Amino acid sequence: MTTDTKRNFKVVGTRPNRPDGVDKVTGRAMYGADATAPGMLWGKVLRSPHPHAEIVSIDTSEAMKLPGVQAVVTGADFGDPESLFVSDVQEHCMAKDRVYYDGHAVAAVAATSASTAAKALKLIKIVYKPLPHVTDVDAAFAHGAPVIMHHRAFEILPPGTSANATNFCEFGHGDLHEGFAKADLIVERSFRTAATHQGYIEPNACLASYSSDGRADLWCCTQGHYHVRDLCAQIMGMEAAQLRVTASEIGGGFGGKTSIYVEPVALMLSKKSGRPVKMVMSREEVFRATGPTISSSMDVKIGMTKDGRMTAGQAVIRASGGAWPSGTMEMGAQAAFACYDMPAVKTIGWNVLTNRPKESAYRAPGAPTAIFGVESVIDEMSQKLGLDPLEVRILNAADAGTLSSYGPTFNQIGLKATLEAAKNHPHYKAPLGPNQARGLSCGFWFNFGGNTSVSLAVNTDGTVNITEGNPDIGGSRASIGMMAAEELGIPFADVRTIIGDTASIGHNDTTDGSRVTFAVGLATIRAARDAIQKMCHRAAQIWDIDPDAVEWEDGAAKPSGPNAGQFPPMTIKEIAANAFRTGGPIAGHHEVNADGAGVSFGVHIADVEVDPETAHTLIKRYTVFQDAGKAVHPSYVEGQMQGGAVQGIGWALNEEYIYGADGRLQNAGFLDYRIPVASDLPMIDAVILEIPNPGHPYGVRGVGETGIVPPLAAVANAVTRAVGTRMTDLPISPPKIMAAKAAAGK
Amino acid sequence: MRYVAATTAEEASALLAAETGLAKVLGGGTDILVQMRAGMVEPALLVDIKKIPGLREIKSEAGGFRIGAGVSGAELMRHSAFATTWPGALEGFNLIGSTQVQGRATMAGNLCNASPAGDAVPGLVAAGATVRIQGPKGQRDCPIEDVPVSPGKTSLAKGEFITSIFLPAKPARTGDAYLRFIPRTEMDIAVASAGVCLTFDASGTCTAARVALGAVAPTVIVAHDAAKTLIGTKVDAAALDALQAAATALARPISDKRGTADYRRETVGVLARRAAQIAKTRAGA
Ligand SMILES: Cc1cc2nc3c(=O)[nH]c(=O)nc-3n(C[C@H](O)[C@H](O)[C@H](O)COP(=O)(O)OP(=O)(O)OC[C@H]3O[C@@H](n4cnc5c(N)ncnc54)[C@H](O)[C@@H]3O)c2cc1C
Repeated sequence: MTTDTKRNFKVVGTRPNRPDGVDKVTGRAMYGADATAPGMLWGKVLRSPHPHAEIVSIDTSEAMKLPGVQAVVTGADFGDPESLFVSDVQEHCMAKDRVYYDGHAVAAVAATSASTAAKALKLIKIVYKPLPHVTDVDAAFAHGAPVIMHHRAFEILPPGTSANATNFCEFGHGDLHEGFAKADLIVERSFRTAATHQGYIEPNACLASYSSDGRADLWCCTQGHYHVRDLCAQIMGMEAAQLRVTASEIGGGFGGKTSIYVEPVALMLSKKSGRPVKMVMSREEVFRATGPTISSSMDVKIGMTKDGRMTAGQAVIRASGGAWPSGTMEMGAQAAFACYDMPAVKTIGWNVLTNRPKESAYRAPGAPTAIFGVESVIDEMSQKLGLDPLEVRILNAADAGTLSSYGPTFNQIGLKATLEAAKNHPHYKAPLGPNQARGLSCGFWFNFGGNTSVSLAVNTDGTVNITEGNPDIGGSRASIGMMAAEELGIPFADVRTIIGDTASIGHNDTTDGSRVTFAVGLATIRAARDAIQKMCHRAAQIWDIDPDAVEWEDGAAKPSGPNAGQFPPMTIKEIAANAFRTGGPIAGHHEVNADGAGVSFGVHIADVEVDPETAHTLIKRYTVFQDAGKAVHPSYVEGQMQGGAVQGIGWALNEEYIYGADGRLQNAGFLDYRIPVASDLPMIDAVILEIPNPGHPYGVRGVGETGIVPPLAAVANAVTRAVGTRMTDLPISPPKIMAAKAAAGK
Repeated sequence: MRYVAATTAEEASALLAAETGLAKVLGGGTDILVQMRAGMVEPALLVDIKKIPGLREIKSEAGGFRIGAGVSGAELMRHSAFATTWPGALEGFNLIGSTQVQGRATMAGNLCNASPAGDAVPGLVAAGATVRIQGPKGQRDCPIEDVPVSPGKTSLAKGEFITSIFLPAKPARTGDAYLRFIPRTEMDIAVASAGVCLTFDASGTCTAARVALGAVAPTVIVAHDAAKTLIGTKVDAAALDALQAAATALARPISDKRGTADYRRETVGVLARRAAQIAKTRAGA
């Protein structure tokens, strides 16, 4: 594909207000919990207090007798989906014969009011037989650990492997032995990272309406309503066409809304009661039963020459995605050394089952924790060799032509340019105060393209409506409208973009993998080109010339040269006004499985100040450098870079799932699950680099995920340098810093 | 559940005493309403005390201040005489929550919620505050520190509630301060805290000291032995070292999701020391 990098952009690169902005700040926007229907019931879920138990019996008879209760469902109401993956998702939404985590759904009630439903839950009698549990990744791996599920290993695992191990992967190239032999210094370290939650502000919510003729409608907040439809249709035993899913506005997702939780339960309650059913999760339910990320433990070993060139690198990642198999560590194993040109590299990933909720994607899933280990060891080696950590990264940085650590050879990539920008930025040379130190880290994310459908209608007044199928989380309606306006040569204000429901256009993959601005943008540009071609035909028809002799410029058709005829340009408005007389309505569309998303790199610099007596860490200054390919709407690109940084800072410093010895989650709320508050942070500076992605007509790369990758190590490296002892266990909360200092005699 | 907005203290007390189910006072509601929504408490009766005349007033009394039990953080913050007299007691109260929470939260509610980490309590204890209690048999006064008895429990008898908090006249050359440790910068719960109130003589020698330690025991610790380390000293580095060590030694913390016992012991000593330095400066010594 040719990238139009020399193009003189008129709309792309400007910063118009987002079209969803006014509704969101005035409260008019319709979120998941805002949907209502006549005769609607309220659904509520009864959740297990046990981390692991057999369900001996469930007696719902008393609950059914409570006036106002219209339906009760349990695992027995659901069938057995053919696909193992769907079956896992279903079991996570509603237990069958066992509960696998504290908060696992065991029954649900639909009643005429939320308080009646809550009362009814207390009337359900469940007899559990508690089973031994394990919530820690290393403990689950150990010999003799309680086994959570048997026979779930996807690979043939070596003998003696814990029965909880499910997934295994291995990546790399080169001769490790030879590589380590060439090293002047070898450092080997182990790291641990806690599970974190996506922390979206809007709790999951939906409204399901199942009709007596077997058709159903579902409104929900999700990152991917087509995926919701596919999962729910399989769980409900329906054909896709009979289930229409509409995505509401979404109050954050960050990957956490790429699966389903209450949606199939609401559908089943609606089916049983014959009434629409609304379900809204509480914050506590969100923490106990949705999201979080993997928890992990890893060993990293790197060899380096005394001038800082890496000779070999190795990482073994042990992760847990909760009580069901998870392949997230595979992305970590691929990403771990992706920033570097490695002569020899090997990464191994394991997944192990624990009694925790089923992990869900969170911005660059798998990468932040894996790269945290690698970037920490590089920092330590730079310290030990007396080298500038940024120069060491420049020396080893992957570039066009580098064989990546996970297989492919990179084409045009922006890591070196990003590192140079960081090196030349005033932040890197700024003086530091007492108890302050600076850390840095690189980050990487693959980015995805994927299946996309876009329909672009030219209205009779020459304005344009775009229907796409990806919930807008980060301002994508603005970016997509801008790309359409750019291609059509019309003002941004003349374009309105909406997110269609699953019945309105072809399939769309979920809003994930930083794919939307890239893939939906690409499809939109091509849909616009499709419409342009049709409009050129209409103009040719009116002028009575050959359609090939018409070209499109600045929102108008015009003869391509003097030979084509002497006609003044015919604007989109004129063509649209004549549409009914020239063949009917005009629309363009495009469907694609988009390739060539273009990998993305970032570099973060963090300055911290650590109170020497209380170990309180304050972020004093923070700068993000990231390659956006082409920033369509720079403010929203900066927003992604800043948001990723902030979430990564939270992961580094205080966020964690805390399980007690009883296997129950101890901090299912924002009081003790500490995401950073505004006053914890300085303004996050964002420096956008634009190294065009050859896979997109305007050079766009996804920017949504890379930003969360570097902060873990950038912050840990800074804290390490401030306190004088290496911090390897996330989060680096004050008690851990104090204990590490005491252990190191500091 | 019944909700009643009482119009006199006697009525409120009678209502609370007569209820056979769980009866709760509603102050600002920033604890109890949250707990009710979470299903942690299910009162049969909620008695709102904010409509009782005088309960939202701040009055001068005997050189000190009587603060109605319904006075919010935002209201007390704007009372400049109080703010300049007892900045430490005020800053503990004003640390609670956010601007929105400050518009509702009360000191009495913070005290009667009886969390070991309540932020308003150590500053009030250090300042030597007392509470006035209305009960079925009339009124009684008692020291702040005698109200909480264990996490979530108070010494108030059935039918009793707090109508006001009294901060005495402040002696000359007296300063108070409150500090807490939280992992973030706001909207968090104290991992350890310390309230200190110091009085000096004209020569700059400390003549009276009160030290209260929060979140390091089931209830706030009135740390007499820590306070003693300062009395008779100029609150210099050596005295502060002794204070820090004494506060650390007196702490009886647990390890939980918010911090380890070791961490809390260390930190409460640091906070006591830092609060004492601020109190000394405020005393003009
Ligand atoms: C977002 C948020 C942040 C918070 N941050 C903090 C913080 O930083 N530090 C902190 O310490 N707390 C914090 N809190 C907790 C709470 O705001 C405080 O404890 C507050 O002072 C409670 O006062 P209130 O008037 O709202 O109490 P209420 O909720 O009305 O009552 C609390 C308890 O005291 C009882 N009660 C109230 N008034 C009386 C009375 N006069 N006599 C007898 N019993 C009474 C009630 O029955 C109830 O059991 C926070 C709460 C929220 C929601």
